[in-house]
Amino acid sequence: MRYLIPLIVFLGVVIFLAIGLTLDPREVPSPFIGKPAPRFLLPQVAEPGDTLGNENLKGQVSLLNVWASWCVSCRQEHPILIQLAKQDIVPIYGLNYKDEREAALGWLRQFGNPYRTSAFDADGKVGIEWGVYGVPETFVIDKQGVIRYKQTGPVTEEILQKKLLPLIRQLQQEQAPS
Amino acid sequence: MMKRRVLLFGLVFCLSAQGMEIRQFDDADKQQRYESLIKELRCLVCQNQSLADSDADLAKDLRDEVYNIIQSGKNEQEAVQFLVDRYGDFVLYRPPLKTTTSLLWLGPLVLLLVGAAFLLRQSKRRSLEQNEPELTQEERLRLQSLKDKLER
Repeated sequence: MRYLIPLIVFLGVVIFLAIGLTLDPREVPSPFIGKPAPRFLLPQVAEPGDTLGNENLKGQVSLLNVWASWCVSCRQEHPILIQLAKQDIVPIYGLNYKDEREAALGWLRQFGNPYRTSAFDADGKVGIEWGVYGVPETFVIDKQGVIRYKQTGPVTEEILQKKLLPLIRQLQQEQAPS
Repeated sequence: MMKRRVLLFGLVFCLSAQGMEIRQFDDADKQQRYESLIKELRCLVCQNQSLADSDADLAKDLRDEVYNIIQSGKNEQEAVQFLVDRYGDFVLYRPPLKTTTSLLWLGPLVLLLVGAAFLLRQSKRRSLEQNEPELTQEERLRLQSLKDKLER
């Protein structure tokens, strides 16, 4: 008994620390999950005369990917987005966050453009409305325009296969709003 | 050596001066509310810094938002709510008491109670040990003879 108590306490600490090691402190739970996507209407990156807003996302499951030409980890996930866009499973929209138009267009020319279109959020106001804090971020939005999932940080092949694609398929089965 | 010191001093000074922009308030009360607020809110990019401490671009934008809210005459709760709506309770250094945060709030109390119970048990045991039954006359004699043997 005398030796058992310290052992139990020690194991308790080990369990807590082990759980702590598996958690990612950078992953802040988004308060938007299950809530309607914040309103936005912005000029497009390629066509400043045209806009992108909630209306464009309506009635379909879509991805909104927050990116910037200055963002290094965006390059890491970019090939995966390109590949996803080619498969034509789900439309990907871009939110170009705090970028310069020329730099953004150059980036798309250089690495390819997976986006239907990208909104140009030069001052980052829409980013704040969407609770963006670490580019890249990817939102999964359902047919009703409700945010169902948010990926903070680059989308990896594993996240795409295990989380995003199953969720997208499930959401595509849901009824569209009448 | 002197040059290096001046350089070092300059470096330290520029580090501490950076990160805060000059804000104009129309009254001193608002300025004070703003300044205490940004110390209470956590920056999401460098998570161990408050909005006041952080040099991150986002922290600057969020200070802008807080500034605009306070300057427009709204109170602290509205500024805090603005950030909580977008970034969650995470921006608060003092999280609210909820089921998910109950361990955080009640954990120390539970530890205190466990510690108190342990101490109480220990002290009870010790007082039990002290209340050993008195030796009988026979036992006392035997103890004395053992002691004598040892000394010899």
